Amino acid sequence: MAIRKLLVANRGEIAVRIIRAAHELGIETVQVYSLADADSLAVRLAHEAVPIGPPQASKSYLNIPVILEAAHRTGADAIHPGYGFLAENAGFAEAVGNAGLIFVGPCAEAIRLMGDKVAARQAAQAAGVPTVPGTDDRVDHAEAVETVKRIGFPVMIKAAAGGGGRGIRIAQDMKEFERLMPQASAEALAAFGDGGLYLERVIEHARHIEVQVLGDGERVIHCFERECSLQRRRQKVWEEAPAPCLPEDVRKRLCETAVALAAAVKYRCAGTMEYLYDEKSRAFYFMEMNTRIQVEHPVTEFITGIDLVREMLRIAGGEKLGIAQQDVRMTGHAIEVRLNAEDPARDFLPAPGTIDELIVPGGPGVRFDSMLYPGCTIPPFYDSLLGKLIVWDGDRVSALRRLQRALGELVISGVHTTKPLHMALAHDVDVLAGRFDTRWLERWLQENAARLSETSGKATKEVVAR
Amino acid sequence: MATKQILSPLPGTFYRKPAPDKPAYKSEGDKVVVGEIIGLVEVMKSFNEVKADVAGTIMSFLADNEDPVMAGQPLAEIEV
Repeated sequence: MAIRKLLVANRGEIAVRIIRAAHELGIETVQVYSLADADSLAVRLAHEAVPIGPPQASKSYLNIPVILEAAHRTGADAIHPGYGFLAENAGFAEAVGNAGLIFVGPCAEAIRLMGDKVAARQAAQAAGVPTVPGTDDRVDHAEAVETVKRIGFPVMIKAAAGGGGRGIRIAQDMKEFERLMPQASAEALAAFGDGGLYLERVIEHARHIEVQVLGDGERVIHCFERECSLQRRRQKVWEEAPAPCLPEDVRKRLCETAVALAAAVKYRCAGTMEYLYDEKSRAFYFMEMNTRIQVEHPVTEFITGIDLVREMLRIAGGEKLGIAQQDVRMTGHAIEVRLNAEDPARDFLPAPGTIDELIVPGGPGVRFDSMLYPGCTIPPFYDSLLGKLIVWDGDRVSALRRLQRALGELVISGVHTTKPLHMALAHDVDVLAGRFDTRWLERWLQENAARLSETSGKATKEVVAR
Repeated sequence: MATKQILSPLPGTFYRKPAPDKPAYKSEGDKVVVGEIIGLVEVMKSFNEVKADVAGTIMSFLADNEDPVMAGQPLAEIEV
């Protein structure tokens, strides 16, 4: 049953993106919004808008009963969760289904399975997908020694009850391992009341590469990979497709494993398999699957010509995949930079406020997905993503030049943004050469943060002088 | 007796506790010294400590836990 009326249970740039895809399919749209988003672009673009509560996400965008009530009141027959908020909440997917509505995402079981780190790792192994060498469960001392002999050094000792980087130690050799293991266990017991430990091989100089998949419950295809190694505090800031470092034979194997894993769980939706890639050994390791649309999906759309959000809506409406694997071809190179309301010169201090002037870059191969219009307010209650500048050209060098040109045209005044960061990165020799790993940006920032301050100061002056 | 107000340094969501399952940093009637944390303001998913800029006794909180607040909005009243 094709979707007739879609409720968008999200906000910001992704809500705008979903509304655009729906309108092109002739689907009516309902935008739910918190008090802080009453004047948002998504509210203006949707056919209908329904207030769902105060600014705090827990009382609005995460409030399942109120969102379902809004769907019933407006006669919506489907809900798109976007990313973040309720997108990977299996309980929400279930509640939407139980209310007789279509959830634009995979089934609750797939969300639950892939959301559980251990279960997802086991599913990957069962499908023949390489995972980071390590233990699948907590280990005692004897098992730990056996494991490190098998997987090698350096090895990460992680507290089973830890999280967010706490309780992690890295041992370079057996001597250090024997010393750190009891310490780690005692510390975990003191900090979390659970001395259980996991072990994981450290993949040094890893690059973050992910594969886009699309499944209709029967057939799965991949739409090649993206590289998202430029990260700050585990948040991606710059993404590319294809991955500049990937040899063709590795690309083929990588994409095939992603399809195998998605097919094994009869996946039905757009999804992404995230991997670590070791350039030296050309080995890749599955990390996790995201069972939703991702922020960086436009780079894939640029190189393949496939509209991923449109495909999601079609599949959710009951259609089978209209694309065969051999028809998915990649052309050229695409780069996306995330424009956040943050001041890169002041340790990325969040910068909510009101947008004053806005000049959006254009011309061939340039796309701007955002929540912005002149005079719009950026509330402090949600994440800082304002939008994304995405460029495409025939090859990576041309795409980088186009990015430099487009960033030069972009003006967002009224709030600080990460534009100066991207300006500097787009001219950096390592970035131009594609020489980076997941820790490169943080090291780079330690040396270059001051320069970002100068750049942003100069940019402001130039704007004033005009 | 003079009173002074502690103002929110940033716009965002005000929290009186370090974590949902933890007790409040300060209660009404508690003494504070300069630099002591009285709450957090979450702005765009980053948490910023709100510190007392005067010493004294907290007479009342002017914003509740999880209230949306503006920059410069009074959060607590201190008797100095």
